[in-house]
Amino acid sequence: MDIYGIEIVSRLLLGSGKYPSPTIMTEAVVASGTGIVTVSLRRESGTQRSGQDFWAMIRGLGVRILPNTAGCYSVKEAVTTAQMARDVFGTSWIKLEVIGDADTLQPDVFGLVEAATLLAEDGFEVFPYTTEDLVVAERLLEAGCRVLMPWASPIGSGKGLNNVFGLRTLRAHFPEVPLIVDAGIGLPSHAAAAMELGYDAVLLNTAVAMAGDPVAMAGAFAKAIEAGRAAFLAAPMEPRDMASPSTPLIGKASLE
Amino acid sequence: MISPRVTVIGAGVAGLVSALELAGRGLSVEVIERGSRIGERSCSWFAGGMLAPWCEQVNAEPEVSTLGRIALDWWPRHFPATMRNGTLVVAPPRDTGELVHFARQTERFEWAGADRIGELEPDLAGRFRKALFFAEEAHLAPRQALTALAERLAGMGVPIRFGIDASPASIDTDHVLDCRGFAARDTLTELRGVRGEMAIVRSKEIALSRPVRLLHPRFPLYVVPRADGLFMIGATMIESASSGPVTARSAVELLNGAYALHPAFGEAEIVEFGVDVRPAFANNLPRLIRRDHTTYLNGLYRHGFLLAPALAQQAATALCGLSPGELT
Repeated sequence: MDIYGIEIVSRLLLGSGKYPSPTIMTEAVVASGTGIVTVSLRRESGTQRSGQDFWAMIRGLGVRILPNTAGCYSVKEAVTTAQMARDVFGTSWIKLEVIGDADTLQPDVFGLVEAATLLAEDGFEVFPYTTEDLVVAERLLEAGCRVLMPWASPIGSGKGLNNVFGLRTLRAHFPEVPLIVDAGIGLPSHAAAAMELGYDAVLLNTAVAMAGDPVAMAGAFAKAIEAGRAAFLAAPMEPRDMASPSTPLIGKASLE
Repeated sequence: MISPRVTVIGAGVAGLVSALELAGRGLSVEVIERGSRIGERSCSWFAGGMLAPWCEQVNAEPEVSTLGRIALDWWPRHFPATMRNGTLVVAPPRDTGELVHFARQTERFEWAGADRIGELEPDLAGRFRKALFFAEEAHLAPRQALTALAERLAGMGVPIRFGIDASPASIDTDHVLDCRGFAARDTLTELRGVRGEMAIVRSKEIALSRPVRLLHPRFPLYVVPRADGLFMIGATMIESASSGPVTARSAVELLNGAYALHPAFGEAEIVEFGVDVRPAFANNLPRLIRRDHTTYLNGLYRHGFLLAPALAQQAATALCGLSPGELT
């Protein structure tokens, strides 16, 4: 998978928040086999860059860092956070979140398109956290995004693929654009289902970080995503209404 | 024989508990502290003071629970005002999934229904349908506890010298026990700071007998009752070593949480907002580190009052095991 000219091996992107400790986060990252870790800048930063220790740990993981603008409710906040992230992590990648509703953390797609436009013009490579809306997706691509990250269901809800039809339509509509399901994944089976739909990758955090054993769960997700991808490539059978025996009838004893 | 002199740096909970353990074993102890009085420059001044070895299992390593149980015995002996009324963990009906998760990660609790909740905390009657009750846990008022430990040390002839900002290398003594918390970052480079913000409010409209933890997918918090209608609301956990003023966002989260627990907190008077930096290692577990004539006791993270007794006992045992020659 190629994203902004970078070859990505693992199709699992992992968030770095909510773990019991940085040590467990590190072990989960290793167990997941991920090559991309997202990190939130907003709360950890403060004005004096006082989150340095945590950022240093993330840098020490030896994976590519995808900073995000989690918790930003306006275009201005998101753009400022993205610029700070570029300075801190030395990357032009930014996972763009502009939240529109506090309860569901649903993206403000209007603000998202606006912020994506500004950031792309400023040389950023934007990973927009969006809904499965086709028209918004179109606008984001026009704004300069080369990857789309639709939600499965609200952030941290663990409800899985809430609108399979919408996700399938988005995939069909943009066969060449890297599509990453971001948010709402609760179980490895949810991640596998997204991959079976032909999604290129899955981004998750809470499902691993809040599991009783985050490290074991990271490994479980790695396997599910690999299985889902392999299944997609293997062209799954179509479901049918009529039962069809899998045992050949030839050679069956004749009772005439 | 002259007993070896041990200088404890830091009069926070780690330093004071350690000084008591050392003095109790017959060592000659003094404490030095950079602040001008107890608590002025100590993050334990802002602690919740919950002795909750089982609740903490929800996201701490098993060692925290094992070592923390020692605190349930230690604190009542050295600070009789320690209260053993348990901990109540509640969640709004929408978030009962959080209770299930909490129950799966912890032990030594009972499920409490609406009636039992009302029995334990009459002012919360009718507000929650489900809760977890950890009967064996305890809590204390950190500021009174620290002051009481200092008085106890004075009674044992252990001096606390205030206003001295010293590093271990600059002190002429047989052995140093460095309990400086995040200030020891100058030597312990793997130490990180985890910012915590808290509020103290006063309300006469509500009374609680024990710490109450309110589970919430985004802003879990606890309210700990203090004397005189005071309540401590805590605490944020932010990966940052900044001890700058409490942000409006954090203040709103803390107060909102308390209001969700009981609307009476909406009418409470704000007495104080506090902030400081917890010292933590990468696994959020404490460590005793010996280097030359210094032992470092650090990384108590959010478990200062819970883990200080166990760590202080380990430090005291280790120092007593050293011969006077080895101590230098």
